[in-house]
Amino acid sequence: MTAVHPPLRRAVQVRAREWGWRHAGRKAFAARQVDLGIAPGERVLLLGASGAGKSTLLHALAGVLGTSDEGEQEGDLLLDGVPPAAARGRAGLVLQDPETQVVLARVGDEVAFAAENLAVPREEIWRRVGRALDDVGLDLPLDHPTTALSGGQKQRLALAAVLAMEPGLLLLDEPTANLDPAGVLEVRDAVVRVLERTGATLVVVEHRVAVWADVVDRVIVLDAGGGILADGPPGTVLVQEQTRSRLAEAGVWVPGRQPAVGGTLPTDAGGEGLLSARSLSVARSRRGRAVVEDLSLTVSAGQALSITGPNGAGKSTAALTIGGLLRPRAGTLEASALLAGAAGPDPFRWRSAHLVQRIGTVFQEPEHQFLTATVGEELAFGPRQVGAPDSPRIAELAERLRLTHLLGANPFTLSGGEKRRLSVATMLATAPRLLILDEPTFGQDALTWAELVTLLRELVREGVAVLSVTHDTDFIRALGGATLHIADGAGRLVSR
Amino acid sequence: MSTDYLTPVLTGRTLLRANPVSKLFAAVVITLALMASIDWVSAAVALTCELALMPLLGISVIGLARRIWPLLVAALIGAYGTALLAEKTGGVLLDVGPFLFTEGSVAAGIAVGLRGLPLALPGIFILLTTDPTDLADALAQKLRLPSRFVLGALASLRLVGLLVEQWDSLGLARHARGVGSDGSALARTRNLLGQSFGLIVQAIRRATRLATAMEARGFGAGTRTWARESTYSLLDAGIAVVGLLVAVGAVTAAVLAGTWNFILG
Amino acid sequence: MASSTTLAGTSPRTNQWRVVDIVVASVIAVAVGVLFFAWSAGYSGISLLTAGFPPLAGLYSGGWLIAGVLGGLIIRKPGAAIYCEMLAAAVSALIGTQWGVGVLLSGAIQGVGAELVFLLFLYRKWNLPVALLAGLGAGLALGISENILYKALWTIEFKLLYVVFAAVSGIVIAGLLSWLAMRGLARTGVLSSFAAGRTADV
Ligand SMILES: Nc1ncnc2c1ncn2[C@@H]1O[C@H](COP(=O)(O)OP(=O)(O)OP(=O)(O)O)[C@@H](O)[C@H]1O
Ligand SMILES: Nc1ncnc2c1ncn2[C@@H]1O[C@H](COP(=O)(O)OP(=O)(O)OP(=O)(O)O)[C@@H](O)[C@H]1O
Ligand SMILES: [Mg+2]
Ligand SMILES: [Mg+2]
Repeated sequence: MTAVHPPLRRAVQVRAREWGWRHAGRKAFAARQVDLGIAPGERVLLLGASGAGKSTLLHALAGVLGTSDEGEQEGDLLLDGVPPAAARGRAGLVLQDPETQVVLARVGDEVAFAAENLAVPREEIWRRVGRALDDVGLDLPLDHPTTALSGGQKQRLALAAVLAMEPGLLLLDEPTANLDPAGVLEVRDAVVRVLERTGATLVVVEHRVAVWADVVDRVIVLDAGGGILADGPPGTVLVQEQTRSRLAEAGVWVPGRQPAVGGTLPTDAGGEGLLSARSLSVARSRRGRAVVEDLSLTVSAGQALSITGPNGAGKSTAALTIGGLLRPRAGTLEASALLAGAAGPDPFRWRSAHLVQRIGTVFQEPEHQFLTATVGEELAFGPRQVGAPDSPRIAELAERLRLTHLLGANPFTLSGGEKRRLSVATMLATAPRLLILDEPTFGQDALTWAELVTLLRELVREGVAVLSVTHDTDFIRALGGATLHIADGAGRLVSR
Repeated sequence: MSTDYLTPVLTGRTLLRANPVSKLFAAVVITLALMASIDWVSAAVALTCELALMPLLGISVIGLARRIWPLLVAALIGAYGTALLAEKTGGVLLDVGPFLFTEGSVAAGIAVGLRGLPLALPGIFILLTTDPTDLADALAQKLRLPSRFVLGALASLRLVGLLVEQWDSLGLARHARGVGSDGSALARTRNLLGQSFGLIVQAIRRATRLATAMEARGFGAGTRTWARESTYSLLDAGIAVVGLLVAVGAVTAAVLAGTWNFILG
Repeated sequence: MASSTTLAGTSPRTNQWRVVDIVVASVIAVAVGVLFFAWSAGYSGISLLTAGFPPLAGLYSGGWLIAGVLGGLIIRKPGAAIYCEMLAAAVSALIGTQWGVGVLLSGAIQGVGAELVFLLFLYRKWNLPVALLAGLGAGLALGISENILYKALWTIEFKLLYVVFAAVSGIVIAGLLSWLAMRGLARTGVLSSFAAGRTADV
């Protein structure tokens, strides 16, 4: 039986007047002329193109944008009439990446942390911890180590850790990015459950509208050029033809409308073989357990192949192994003469400089691969490495993936979607024959998504093999080709 | 690189239950007593006591030896250095070129070497029996160290441990971008340095983001409470008393034996 | 392309420690503490090399002073050098070194050595000479305190030599290397929330 809890703390009201923020180190404002009022208890879905300033606005609402050392503010932003920094604890923010926000070593301590910071009495803290873990459906002992969690569990933990604050305003920044479809619904349902119990105000940022459209009362769309593009109930904003086309133009994913993708769907024919795996077992480390076993496949020139499967199934591990980065636990991986050239048949033994010319691997975590101080240098790095500096391709890639205005910016300061595009672009720049992309489309708005798909289609038609790990079914459909489904330690090839 | 440097495997049930502050107290008084003087009697007494307490660590002799052999080497080196450089008094024991050892200098060396071991061992006791989270709780609640710094340090300890584990992933990511550890020895060294630097960059990057996450959860705003109370028990009184006894015993023995040799005197 | 320019001389606007100051200072200290551990292991080897003339080992000692100088240069707040040096020492003790709990005392003394130099410039100057001086301060603190705590029985000439070597090592390893590391880190952009990493707008 479930006890009925009264709303714990009053829901927060938000008011922004002509609000704007410019990050230190940037000339352009990240968000500007934001005018809005959100009533207590409202549930808002915040949309906007990649780089429009959604994360910046959420950080501001949580009061963590920093002081004048870190940027310049204009206008004002108030929670219940006071600046967010003075209302610390009223708003709880779950950041874009759950991996990087774990503070402590044990699950119980992690959830208790926020309540401790708000000086909640001890007995009450443990009551809140239990309730928060219940709310998100995380059934683990309190001393369970926070390192030993799957992607979905980490996402729930991050949510629980914020719920223990019992915030009047819940701020979620792409809370389901990188989760498998089942995980997405689980996390969303956990949020809905909490809102029903506490009545808190919600602002959630997510590119894929469909998941949240049914549970929010209101959709607010930030304009990348400043101001607000649309504001209203989902039934109006997402349905009226007039706003729909305006939103689509600005890059918002509008339900039921596929972004226009250029190029044609590649044929599944495939050309000459590039790489073949036979009975491959893959593992993260030499001594770790094998996560996928007995994998056999051939990758051919001009072929698109997708890898899907639940979180933690071993997709990334398999991709890294096929990319010649991890040593196969068992079985063989052999590159054909067409791919290997003079480098020998075993990609794992290739030198870095040879590898990057032949196989380009984009990691799931973009920041791991950044090597230089600016976006421009980052793009130029690969071509220089393979002896083709000043490639005209660099400028073209930057233009098409909307990075041109960021060429002088530091890669670490980019928005989530911009980072992803940059890391994909760095690999495209070296023009390898085989591209391996781990979650290439996460965090992309409809326009950048379409551009990315168009680019990849062109490459496939030119004879490049593209192997992508993804949860994005639209992407799989748009790129065509076969799908390898990895689950329960085995891979199953599904042709379309 | 082994991954567990920053999350030690804890042993020793009894000491594990004790409050870290009492262990720290015992270690500090013993260390202070030993530091105050360089003489072989106080060192020998403290060393004997510490060795007698070793079973509390609940670690096999081999395991212990593996942990403390560097201490032995360091003690030997310290002894040798002093024997070579101390005042040359008493009869000559060895005289080869610049290497002159006398009875007086060798005695001084023995005292220094013998003192090195009991100075180092309390650290091993704490290391093997203290969970970092408990230590942080105790430092902030019992010693009233500023909680922002204690928790910042605790979070960083965990973060750097994680990053050390990610050393391999970072290597892979660089390899994939065409900078890897193949080629000549020089290239290898360069890459090793580059990757270490990359690791520090990642560490600072993650730290900045972690700070935001902590602030987003109300950290650093004002007074805070503690979900787990750090408490003292009889065991802690016992540990403090044992620490005091060892320290006082060492000093008394040295004074009685007439070997007490105050470092500032 | 606009490349970032480090304004090596600026200070943060307030002397209050922000959360990000604390966490980044801690991470730097812990990372250097891990290095200390390796450095301490290496010390035994170095000691064998310098067996003919032990004071030469003083030249190696600068490695233990990096945390304070580097932390001070990056965070630029009062107490940063002491905090970083002590935390680094504590971490190396947590991992296990041959010096036991005593490293805490050494860490504090060495941190004070660097801190005093930053204080002398009122936490306003952060250029190369100041970094070298901070390294010198830490080196002197290390040399003198080691002489009292661990090398008390050496004769006075050797003690003096040891202090000189430690000072040189402090200037070069702790001062120069920390300054280069600070510059290198600033160039990568990870220090963008610090005065040390402030760049021109793009
Ligand atoms: N710390 C920072 N320093 C400098 N510029 C930044 C920083 N964080 C974000 N920006 C810039 O501000 C702009 C808005 O970024 P923000 O992260 O708010 O975008 P977003 O709408 O969340 O995009 P995405 O959907 O890609 O996550 C971007 O151009 C980004 O490059
Ligand atoms: N760096 C790592 N070191 C050790 N084990 C890891 C590492 N990364 C992942 N694992 C483990 O290996 C297994 C497979 O992980 P992998 O990242 O390949 O899964 P995935 O299918 O890509 O999942 P996701 O969809 O969440 O990205 C998981 O059980 C995971 O916990
Ligand atoms: Mg964002
Ligand atoms: Mg993955």
